[in-house]
Amino acid sequence: MAKRRLIGSRVSAQVALAPALLIALVIYCGSTLWTLWISLTTSRMLPNSVFVGLRQYEVLASNDRWLASIVNLAVFGVLFMVAALTVGFLLAALIDFRVRAESLFRSVFLYPFSMSFIVTGLAWRWMLDPTLGFEKLLHDVGFADAHFNWLVRPDRVIYTLVIAAVWHASGLVMAIMLAGLRGVDREIWNAARVDGLPVWRILVFIVIPMLRGSFATAFVLLATSVVRLYDLSVAMTNGGPGIASEVPAKFVMDYLFERGNLALATAAATTMLITVIAVVAPWYHWQGRKTHVGAAH
Amino acid sequence: MIRSLLASTAVLALLSAAPANAQTPARAEVIHWWTSAGESAAIRVYADAFNKAGGQWVDTAIAGGANARAAAVNRTVGGDPPTAMQFNTGKQFDDLVENDLLANVDGLAKAQNWNTVLPAAILDAVTRNGHVYAVPVDIHGQNWLFTSSAALAKAGATQPKNFTELFVTLDKLKAAGLVPLAFSSQKNWERGLFNAVLSGMGGSEMFTKFWAKRDVALVKSPEFRHVVDTYRRLHAYIDAGAPSRNWNDATAMVIQGKAGMQVMGDWAKGEFTSANQVAGRDYGCTVLADHEITYQLGGDIFAFPKPKNATVAAAQTLLEQVVTDPATQVAFSAKKGSIPPRQDADVASLDICARQAHDWLRDKNSQVAANELLSPPAVTGAMEDLISQFWNDQSVTPEVFITKVAGVFGQTF
Repeated sequence: MAKRRLIGSRVSAQVALAPALLIALVIYCGSTLWTLWISLTTSRMLPNSVFVGLRQYEVLASNDRWLASIVNLAVFGVLFMVAALTVGFLLAALIDFRVRAESLFRSVFLYPFSMSFIVTGLAWRWMLDPTLGFEKLLHDVGFADAHFNWLVRPDRVIYTLVIAAVWHASGLVMAIMLAGLRGVDREIWNAARVDGLPVWRILVFIVIPMLRGSFATAFVLLATSVVRLYDLSVAMTNGGPGIASEVPAKFVMDYLFERGNLALATAAATTMLITVIAVVAPWYHWQGRKTHVGAAH
Repeated sequence: MIRSLLASTAVLALLSAAPANAQTPARAEVIHWWTSAGESAAIRVYADAFNKAGGQWVDTAIAGGANARAAAVNRTVGGDPPTAMQFNTGKQFDDLVENDLLANVDGLAKAQNWNTVLPAAILDAVTRNGHVYAVPVDIHGQNWLFTSSAALAKAGATQPKNFTELFVTLDKLKAAGLVPLAFSSQKNWERGLFNAVLSGMGGSEMFTKFWAKRDVALVKSPEFRHVVDTYRRLHAYIDAGAPSRNWNDATAMVIQGKAGMQVMGDWAKGEFTSANQVAGRDYGCTVLADHEITYQLGGDIFAFPKPKNATVAAAQTLLEQVVTDPATQVAFSAKKGSIPPRQDADVASLDICARQAHDWLRDKNSQVAANELLSPPAVTGAMEDLISQFWNDQSVTPEVFITKVAGVFGQTF
């Protein structure tokens, strides 16, 4: 009787999940397949079915802007994730030392995350603009030789995106890390202190390994925002100067709409998807094996 | 969302009201992207004229050209087309024609004798395979040079007529401590400035060879190299704030007399007008030309999706009549800063720049079809990236730039 009821509830659960599953399959997988198909055609503003094999991918591989976008994303991704994780963790560690007005600091640090990338980009654009922001401020107070014109320098502009993005995301990392730190037993701290270990060694060798879960969560969240980086670039630099701060998602959007080139845009989108799968699949596989091995023990 | 819901409800209501009786006003839903103050005042002129003529104008304004076009195209492909939709004069609606989604306006073109009343470049731009597929509603000149009278007076300089004089003026402005060239370093304006140099130095012949024929021999010629060098020289006359500035902020610098001049399309006149400046007194307008004046003609058109029934067709016919009325076109252009497409319109009421442009339009030798009319968006986009890279990155030499341009010309689009 009890078993039958269990089966019954499992069936109804599956029935309840079916629409969601169907939507995921049709909309997500369907759209992905359609995107893949369009990337093999000569579609311009409207989709067509003239098959040309991998020609769009060849065009893409020789497109300066696409290549620059990939390099930019790699530079941005590495710097942004390392910086955001470091800054976020340090902020959390400092707050965890029970500073006064803790909740005030928590709100202040988390505040940037409540803003959209568009607002973040615009604000930093104004602050970094040499004729309006920091550089002008320094000039006005007497440092006439001060220069901070990274925003308008093609070789430096990508770092300004990193600065803005780290400012935006560090608070979120801090919140995740703080939750993790609060989960660390006080007794461990006390025991380590009794052993006379300096604070930094406790953090690095004891606490950080215990925060593996928090780091993984923060890492995944940051990584997804790297791949879909678009609005920050649009608001802050619009890809410029020149093509110095272009990113892949912006390439796809521009070619989808403004430039009316569906085939090339979908080829770029497919390349992005394949790259992400290539990175995620081995990790997923490894995770799956680890759980499996863990279960066997 | 609510707006589109309302719009579709309106369409449903219209359909269920069929068969239309004579009392029902012809309802026309128009998708456009004229949302700034001057622009919406301008579109009101057409809307009011349409309502007065017995129609009912349903305004679907969507900010941003790309957004508006995407919405209009998606709805047309999806079987729920608007009555009319705006495009820039050029190749933006080619795919709709190829897929047989647009109604032609051959009858109207013939009745109004467009062969003689429209500039050839504009008529060509709306003609595909011998059929006319859109109605030009305004013409914008893209290569104006606007100068600040106050700034020029302060620097003791005069308004330049050609590129030799241009650099003399720029140097004087620089010496006077002003920003010589107000600029917005966005990719499309970088291309706009390049185009102004290209047509100003090489005339319509070089301009057409470059954008329409994609002539590799041209870009390897010493004349083109001279254009490239001149374009690079101009970079020394902009200020460090240019990359994060919008075009209208750059215009504001000219209005305030902080900058000497700006190269921009005639839509910039709207900014001068709203600052109560008068053309010919507070600011000057001209087109730089080493040889003959070469005025780049662009603008806007209305395209009409194939009507689903007679009611829609009637509304389209009425709308076509209204937007091609010469007096209405002049009233529209007065607000928009453009000039009327019809050459038989009376432009005496327009400002001095518009009257000048109207004269150039009568002379076949002093005009050329704008960039967007000559090359498809894919080519324009690819070139825009190269021009922007060259403009912003001094390490890209003219030789490298020219080789890359030739490379793009060799690709198939």
